[in-house]
Amino acid sequence: MKPPSDTTMMLRTPFHSRVAAACELNDWGTWKGYTTPRAYTDMELEYFAIRSTAGVFDLSPMNKYRISGPDAEAYLNRLVTRDISKIRAGRVGYTVWCNDAGQVMDDGTIFHLGENDYRVCAFARAIDWLHWSALGFDVTVVDESMDVAALAVQGPTSCAALLAMGLHGLEQLKPFGLVAFPFEGDTLTVSRTGFTGDLGYELWIAADKAEVLWDRLFAAGRPYLIKPFGSDALDLARIEAGFLQAGVDFVPAESAVRAGRSRSPFELGLGWLVDMDKPVFNGRRALLREQAEGSRYRFAMLDVDGNKPARHSFILRGGKKVGTVTSAAWCPSAKSNVAFAQLEMPHGAVGDELVAEIYYQRELHWTRVLAPCRVIDAPVFNPPRRRAVPAGAF
Amino acid sequence: MTDQRDVILIGAGHNGLVCANYLARAGRKVLVIEAGERPGGAAASREFAPGYTVSACAQWLYQLHPAVCRELQLERHGLRWAARDLASVLLDTGGRHLRLLGAQVEGEGISSADSDAWRSFHGRTGKYAKLLAKVFEQRPPRLVESTLRDRLALAGLGLGLKMLGRDDMKDLMRIVLGNMYDLMEEHFDSPQLKALLSFDSVLGSRMGPRTPNTVFGYLYRRSGEVFGYTGAAQLQGGMGALGEALAASARARGVEIRLGSPVAGIDMRSGRAVGVTLASGEQLGAQVVVSAADPVTTFSRLVGYRNMETGMARRVSQVRCAGNAAKLHLALDGLPRFTGLDAAALGQRLVIAPDMDYIERAFNAVKYDGYSAHPAFDISIPSIHDPSLAPAGGHVLSAIVQYAPYAPAGGWEGPAAASHETHRECFTRLLLDKLAQYAPGIREQVVACQLLTPADLEKDFGMSGGHWHHGELSLDQVLMMRPFPGASQYASGLDGLYLCSAGCHPGGGVMGLVGRNAAREIIRRGAGA
Repeated sequence: MKPPSDTTMMLRTPFHSRVAAACELNDWGTWKGYTTPRAYTDMELEYFAIRSTAGVFDLSPMNKYRISGPDAEAYLNRLVTRDISKIRAGRVGYTVWCNDAGQVMDDGTIFHLGENDYRVCAFARAIDWLHWSALGFDVTVVDESMDVAALAVQGPTSCAALLAMGLHGLEQLKPFGLVAFPFEGDTLTVSRTGFTGDLGYELWIAADKAEVLWDRLFAAGRPYLIKPFGSDALDLARIEAGFLQAGVDFVPAESAVRAGRSRSPFELGLGWLVDMDKPVFNGRRALLREQAEGSRYRFAMLDVDGNKPARHSFILRGGKKVGTVTSAAWCPSAKSNVAFAQLEMPHGAVGDELVAEIYYQRELHWTRVLAPCRVIDAPVFNPPRRRAVPAGAF
Repeated sequence: MTDQRDVILIGAGHNGLVCANYLARAGRKVLVIEAGERPGGAAASREFAPGYTVSACAQWLYQLHPAVCRELQLERHGLRWAARDLASVLLDTGGRHLRLLGAQVEGEGISSADSDAWRSFHGRTGKYAKLLAKVFEQRPPRLVESTLRDRLALAGLGLGLKMLGRDDMKDLMRIVLGNMYDLMEEHFDSPQLKALLSFDSVLGSRMGPRTPNTVFGYLYRRSGEVFGYTGAAQLQGGMGALGEALAASARARGVEIRLGSPVAGIDMRSGRAVGVTLASGEQLGAQVVVSAADPVTTFSRLVGYRNMETGMARRVSQVRCAGNAAKLHLALDGLPRFTGLDAAALGQRLVIAPDMDYIERAFNAVKYDGYSAHPAFDISIPSIHDPSLAPAGGHVLSAIVQYAPYAPAGGWEGPAAASHETHRECFTRLLLDKLAQYAPGIREQVVACQLLTPADLEKDFGMSGGHWHHGELSLDQVLMMRPFPGASQYASGLDGLYLCSAGCHPGGGVMGLVGRNAAREIIRRGAGA
């Protein structure tokens, strides 16, 4: 990966030359010190590429840690809340990890690359925590964030585009499956994963092969209307699909400054990721206590009346504030107005009727609406094509 | 694993035995498991040469709490005092020695101003030590998840501070975080007096007189005076006699003690301690496991980092426990002759540390894993008060020497630079050279000689880093932060496992309060807690 140039302090991803050429709006944001586009041409067109054809997202700034050695599985099992032994080689698992207080430090994916060989993809920098966690385990922890470039290819035609690029047999890959292809004398790892809730893949490649990968992908994908997308379109797609964003929907525990601002997996609706049958894992003692004593908060997905996104809204019940919204969007494909909220217990049970206090502005004129909303039990966008094997040839 | 015993206690050191005894008095069925062949842990007597016996680790008794002595009826169980209230004598090569006992200080170099200053300093710091001693006698209060009891304890400490009076409270707050060097410069003129007091403040620690926290180290030691020891005391038969008396008292209460049985690990089931596995492979179960092994050994080796959460593993790995005190044992064919010291004074506590800079320089070397050619000594010749320790006419000399690194470059058996000796031989020679400056002719009296380095002490007494206090006694490692935050009040932070080593509040020194406080806490929390 290129070092910072003398003209900017921002880091550049291995795809930067291609990304910059495509980024017509010059609308750059920052992501873990990298300069990355919020949008390339038009946020909504990019969103519809994800939902109707195929969109490409440069996720190279993601933190990637390689965990290997005889104790790799035992190490990860102590680190995260899930039972890692259930993620077989060639599979990927979504999980969270906690500190000793049972508060979520991050969520991410674990790639079981081979025997005693894993990759952890994380939102937050975690190298110190991963090293501390290695005390007593025979593992090697390597930060390969800079060495591995990654592209997400998401949308109905993603599989077809990748097949056209020569990834034969990819349609047979199951969701959360992992497969390797030879590529330009190197290995291209493809996982059927993503952050959009659609059919989609993530491509992992050595940083020095990044540009050639981009070129070949876009050449092969042209007939499939492939299009790069920025973080704004991704944000909309992930809200529609019901995915939490670390740093937005929760404060990673180790970066929370104020007491009580972090959340447990139960409080984020991620209790299904916690395997209490494991004898030891980070946060277990505290989570057992929480199970016995009750949680403070509940995560809720809300279906909000009207079409005004309930961004940063207070959630009321009987005129009293019971929570706040962390993410909200009008979701075009599902045609529903979705909000993620943190509600104080006992509020937020599925079916609860609440009110979102929404402020919005048209031409400097602020308006307040009290929009009724209700707690729903599943994401509003979850198409069968996301799971179909073989993947659809759209 | 279906045994009816309530408690398995690992380690028959003095705190372990005290804890076991109090638990048994409360009706608990206790099994104590000890790796060594004798009870007592660091309170040990060993024959290091035929006929010559010495207190192999701790050599003075100056803090053993009177309540422990009384409640466990140690004197009825064989504890005999060989000498009490021994003065500290700072040796001088020219024979101008300084003698200090309680509020009295004498010597050629002591002006009347110094003598007055000492009396006043002694009185004032005595009040601080009294406040500390009170805190030592109870479990440390917790700050964050405090109970009413904790808040009362904190309020009590606050009240105690207030009761010192405005001036003394301000003075204590001013000095307690500071270093002994500056405090000494502030109060005294005599280099000898300053050296003796600052040596007391750094004994057993990885600190020099200029290191912050040494004032606390000094006050810590002074708590002994509150417990009734004006000066150091010595036991008949050496420190091992304390281990034997504690064991006898515990057995009389129904405690079962298994010697020569090293514990390989603490058995954890679903995050809970359920028993221990011995090195022999035998498994023993109990409702509660109490470890009197030092915290680093307990967590890193007996429980294993893999069986605890990352935050705890990290805290354990950061406990500072580098010991820098070594023990020198000499078997002598007669009474050594120290220049200008009469026979009566020979039985006192003898110190070699001519001035504060001397100590600081000796400390400098150890920072870089070296040792100084001019180390400081805390010398005891116990056979003067207790002839049973040596053959007729012979004597033993036991000395704490500072500073010795845990391991010099290449290890203690590795070659010392610019000589044909090993580091062990070289350091021993330097020690004898230094002793000979004060006691000419002592080298010719030596029949046998033993040096126990911090690495030896770690191996022989199971103390991580060879640290006497099972972890540095500094303000970041005391009270609710001892051994580390999250493992205070003798609960380890792991269900079913308690701690009662010197690595807990109030810390090291043969005091017995850790064992007593821990037992009370375990009883308070009820069975299986």
